[in-house]
Amino acid sequence: MSKTIKWEYSPAPEGTDRIQLKEQYDLFIGGKFVAPKSRQYFDTINPSNEKKIAQVADADQSDVNRAVASAKKAYNNVWSKMAPKERGKYIFRIARLLQERAREFSVIETLDGGKPIRESRDVDVPLSVAHFFYYAGWADKLEYAFPGRKAKPIGVAGQIIPWNFPLLMAAWKLAPALATGNTVVLKPAETTPLTAVKLAEIIQEADLPPGIVNIITGTEKTGQAIVNHADINKIAFTGSTEVGKYIMKAVAGSGKKYNLELGGKAANIIFEDAAIDQAVEGIINSIFFNQGHVCCAGSRLYVQEGIADEVISKLQKRMETLIVGDPLDKNTDIGAINSKMQLDKIKMYVNLGLDEGGSIYQSSCSLPKKGYWHAPTIFTDVSQSNRIVQEEIFGPVLAIQTFRTVDEVITKANNSPYGLSGGVWTDKGSKIFKVTKDIRAGVIWANTFNKFDPASPFGGYKESGIGSEGGIEGLSDYVNLV
Amino acid sequence: MVKSKNSTSQVIDQIGTQERVARLFSRSIKKESKVQALHLALSMIDLTTLEGKDSSGKVKQLCYKASHLHDSFSGLPNVAAICVYPTMVPVAKKALEGTGINVASVATAFPSGMADLQAKLDEVKSVVEDGADEVDMVISRGEFLRGEYEYVSDEIAQVKEACGNAHLKVILETGELVTLDNVRLASDLAMEAGADFIKTSTGKVSPAATPSVVLTMLEAIKDYQIKTGKKIGMKPAGGIGTAKQAVQYLVMIKETLGNDWLSPDLFRFGASSLANDVLMQIVKQSTGHYQSKDYFSID
Repeated sequence: MSKTIKWEYSPAPEGTDRIQLKEQYDLFIGGKFVAPKSRQYFDTINPSNEKKIAQVADADQSDVNRAVASAKKAYNNVWSKMAPKERGKYIFRIARLLQERAREFSVIETLDGGKPIRESRDVDVPLSVAHFFYYAGWADKLEYAFPGRKAKPIGVAGQIIPWNFPLLMAAWKLAPALATGNTVVLKPAETTPLTAVKLAEIIQEADLPPGIVNIITGTEKTGQAIVNHADINKIAFTGSTEVGKYIMKAVAGSGKKYNLELGGKAANIIFEDAAIDQAVEGIINSIFFNQGHVCCAGSRLYVQEGIADEVISKLQKRMETLIVGDPLDKNTDIGAINSKMQLDKIKMYVNLGLDEGGSIYQSSCSLPKKGYWHAPTIFTDVSQSNRIVQEEIFGPVLAIQTFRTVDEVITKANNSPYGLSGGVWTDKGSKIFKVTKDIRAGVIWANTFNKFDPASPFGGYKESGIGSEGGIEGLSDYVNLV
Repeated sequence: MVKSKNSTSQVIDQIGTQERVARLFSRSIKKESKVQALHLALSMIDLTTLEGKDSSGKVKQLCYKASHLHDSFSGLPNVAAICVYPTMVPVAKKALEGTGINVASVATAFPSGMADLQAKLDEVKSVVEDGADEVDMVISRGEFLRGEYEYVSDEIAQVKEACGNAHLKVILETGELVTLDNVRLASDLAMEAGADFIKTSTGKVSPAATPSVVLTMLEAIKDYQIKTGKKIGMKPAGGIGTAKQAVQYLVMIKETLGNDWLSPDLFRFGASSLANDVLMQIVKQSTGHYQSKDYFSID
């Protein structure tokens, strides 16, 4: 009767004309932007096209000293003395200002980090705002968070932020620290400093007294200087397990408190009685969200034998409909890999998976020529002994195994040095309780994945970290209870 | 085979379905892709009038509109079909002669389906004799909800046989089935019993076509194709009145079933007021300005 048409979506890029970015950003110390004593700057580039966006200051030891001194002074003279409800007002103000500028922050997050605008707009920025609002509310209610105890601030917190959720991780760390009366020296990741320096502008605009929040950009040695600084009382770090181990060694015996949110290799388990189409969608979101640069990504999939063929074939079909490309396009599902270094690491693991005898399937999408890109990838025919099953890849690479019994899959899921998150897909409630009780992971989602709320604590077992962020638990890491 | 709710039909997670819908509906369809979608949506419309007060005059006017959607704007397609009550089939057939537009008739004691099987079959044969190219039947929801799945299945199979060469669309009336598990089971039943299309609603029960229901039915169609190789059509009906909704549903089809279903052969909108909103958007895309509703004919 009639012929089929080929209908493709036209480009729908988010505009960049409303954002304001300077060519150069200094360090935010003592409420002002100041040039680094190091006199060094480094470029931050857009990973989707390798173009330079701006240059930011590279803080050295003397800059860290200045920032810590400023934080210490603000702690002693202002912040620790301020009435808690007044602290709360400032945090509410930061939340509102950030909310008002949500569009601008989404665009900058996407430009600097490569993640799709759909995610920075719908996840990163609104969740960041929600964290500030949530902890603002706690500032004058700490006696209810810790009944019968008095919650005292710790002092100066050194906070080191990863590159996968730059603004959100800054919010996770700043909001509880400020609500409990601590002052902060925060360092964003080297490849994604821009939303943090823009957040410094908002903090300035909110009239937060000078020195309470200091934001210093830099590289690895800047982070080391923060970790080892004698006047810092608490280290909060999100990032790799390797650096987490370094931090634990460095702070041992120093009296510093610390919490670490590190890597993961989450097991996502799908049983035969699951709602298959919704589970497939959940698997896609659990591994390909933010190009797989997610510490709680469901990177190990366990499919019950009877539905393995169906699930894998549906996963492959669904991968073909993922739109990979310009992160600023509102229809893009998968953006650019954050950096060349990370892309090389992902490629190394994919080659390793092939060498180990795994069967690979990749989306047939075409990848842009410029920039750092990786196609969504799944491996089958792998086992617990494969390194791609054991190690965190932090990219869009899923390793799939099958299983027969509940006990078998629980054993395999727990057979990992990590324990950050997990997922279970079944129509049967009793199975959910069994699996969530027996798997050692900080969060396990049932029939969904990657759900976050400021009221819900997040943290890991084993090499996935120490301490929690979010909720009342997130407050307790920033107080001394007396 | 679909025997009981628990043994063989796929379970559906409502929250997951709603989330998938939200994600699909957040696609941003602009420029050429929007114009293309709007034209496509027009060509998929079953222009419908199903009222007790329908007259031959109204049906004739609707039939004229079907092939003259907006004559001051060139290059527009015709709608796919006119959908009417059985008594109006001869009128519509005559009025549409030579246009290539199909006549669809509701049948089987539409909208309730509360009649005995023989009466339903007689009605179907009669509308096909009168020239209906497509038959939109309703399933016996009472029997379905009682768990008499074989009754429902047999009834569809017999109606299909009574249709002869006419295309059969099976209306599930999802507003009365309530759960997505039921929607999925009824979809599976209808397809296995011989439906050419599965259709959400009569338009007489609220809610009519909801996005979650449509997605559930599309996924059933996909699984049926994987299993049998057959392509079954889909028709959401009721409650789709805007161009924006129509484009969102096209996104849902494209990303669930693929480009093959982007054709009036396999997808229809059952709607009475959708066409004018789509036309208004098409003119706006071309001129850059919205015209008043008074510039689009109401028939």
